[in-house]
Amino acid sequence: MRVDLRLIASLIEPGSRVLDIGSGDGTLIEHLFRTRGCDARGIEIDMAEVTRAVAHGLPVMHGDADNDLAQYPDNAFDYVVLTRTLQAVERPREVLRQMLRIGTRALVSFPNFGHWQVRLQLLRTGRMPVTPTWNRPWYETPNIHPCTILDFRELCAQEGYAVEEWLAIDEAGRKSPWRRSLRLANMFGEQAMFLMRNA
Amino acid sequence: MDTIAPLPDIEHTASVFAEGITLDCGQRLESFTLAYRTYGALNAARSNAVLLCHALTGDQYVAERQPLTGKPGWWENMVGPGLPIDTDRFFVICSNVLGGCMGSTGPRSVNPNGQIWGTDFPPITMRDMVRAQQMLVARLGISRLFAVIGGSMGGMQVLQWAATFPDQVFAAIPIATAAYHSAQNIAFNEVSRQAIAADPDFAGGRYWAEGKIPARGLAVARMMAHITYLSEDALNRKFGRKTRRQINDAAAAGENASFFGDVFEVESYLRHQGSSFVRRFDANSYLTVTRAMDWFDLAAEHDGDLSAAFAGTRTRFCLVSFTSDWLFPTPQSRAIARALNRAAANVSFVEIETDRGHDAFLLDEPDFARTLGGFLSGCAEHAGIA
Repeated sequence: MRVDLRLIASLIEPGSRVLDIGSGDGTLIEHLFRTRGCDARGIEIDMAEVTRAVAHGLPVMHGDADNDLAQYPDNAFDYVVLTRTLQAVERPREVLRQMLRIGTRALVSFPNFGHWQVRLQLLRTGRMPVTPTWNRPWYETPNIHPCTILDFRELCAQEGYAVEEWLAIDEAGRKSPWRRSLRLANMFGEQAMFLMRNA
Repeated sequence: MDTIAPLPDIEHTASVFAEGITLDCGQRLESFTLAYRTYGALNAARSNAVLLCHALTGDQYVAERQPLTGKPGWWENMVGPGLPIDTDRFFVICSNVLGGCMGSTGPRSVNPNGQIWGTDFPPITMRDMVRAQQMLVARLGISRLFAVIGGSMGGMQVLQWAATFPDQVFAAIPIATAAYHSAQNIAFNEVSRQAIAADPDFAGGRYWAEGKIPARGLAVARMMAHITYLSEDALNRKFGRKTRRQINDAAAAGENASFFGDVFEVESYLRHQGSSFVRRFDANSYLTVTRAMDWFDLAAEHDGDLSAAFAGTRTRFCLVSFTSDWLFPTPQSRAIARALNRAAANVSFVEIETDRGHDAFLLDEPDFARTLGGFLSGCAEHAGIA
């Protein structure tokens, strides 16, 4: 299992109701069900992945973050999870609002556009950065809303979300050592993970 | 096709309900019969029963030779030992719907006055069908079904089951269906009904009294309906513009190809579908059951709010649609999925890629079979079924 998924699972209370947006082949929801007794469900946009997950016995429905979250009632879940997808949705702020409407907590991970390699490449070459994390050329990347860790923190403050936990993680999803300083995390963290709730 | 004997009477396995049933229309059937088949064995906990709901012209012969036609059952590819609906694990039940013509009480049955019901047979709804099925399930000693599964009209029954008896359905699989019959689908049904009514042999619905069946009308109804079960791509792939004879061949044979005989392959195919159908289906049943589909509107039972039909449900749902199905297109399944989301229900929703149209749910579609089998296995784990 992806290291970042393991990390996410560790942040989720056993027995919780969880919605995983962009659940892929369902690895996380299966892990949450099997090891933490969660009622975990998924939404996935790629139909082949949906079919694979459902054929594996997992509750996954075809849908996407931009259009399908509005259907759920308030507080239907304890956690709503969005991994490495926020930068690819059409309306990130609205998606976050929906996540914290339908869930008590939101767990969000995203690639950090403030990473030093990204900054340095843009500065040195004057061209769109291509790094292990931001690895698709500009004309075919699905990532239409990149942000930095500081940007995300700023949005949380604006929207009135309490950040219960945040961590910088490297490309593989391991925790980075930059836990005390957001500025350092913003420079050296390849990805970030935030656990938020409505303040 | 003109002179076809009325349907032969066949002995079907059946259960008689002398307690009768009060129908949605307000009328009572003082006693009724449901013909059914079962496959596999009920476990000691009585927890492994799967009810299959057949489509408009289907019947209870799911996984065995159909006694009237001699053809394989309608879901032999899906139901059996080791198949997605595994009869080594599950006890599978399928009954002929109320209003049907394969042994269950319907317009061909005899009424309390000793007469054939015919056009006096009361109108039936999906909920009537489902309530009758529930009585059968209870009589078989089953208080909760592990799963209810069905496609098309069968899917409507699955939805009705989940809404009417939520505590008796652990998992529900509505396939290629909708929460209400659309105006377009009612329109198609109406053309079918008018074709039947226009046949002089229909005799105002009293054809049995004259020893006839409205074979031409019923065949036209079936031909038209059959087109809606396919897709343009499937028809093109199968038939294209292939002809049985050319315009000059017919002329040489002294025939006029404009007025008589079939020219294109697709025509012969449809004619065959029509003529074989009339040998196994009763016209008044066709009218009764198509009307039942037309009446179906699950949200209407809940002030127009479909999610209210599933409020508080603990049933696990798996909705399946097919890309090329234009009779029950994917948006209708998606609407159900969203209503279930609004009810915070546990719902899986898959759209299967295929060019075979509505009928795809009856055909060999590997992704569909995997989805069905996998969903059932996952649910069996949650339900604690070995």
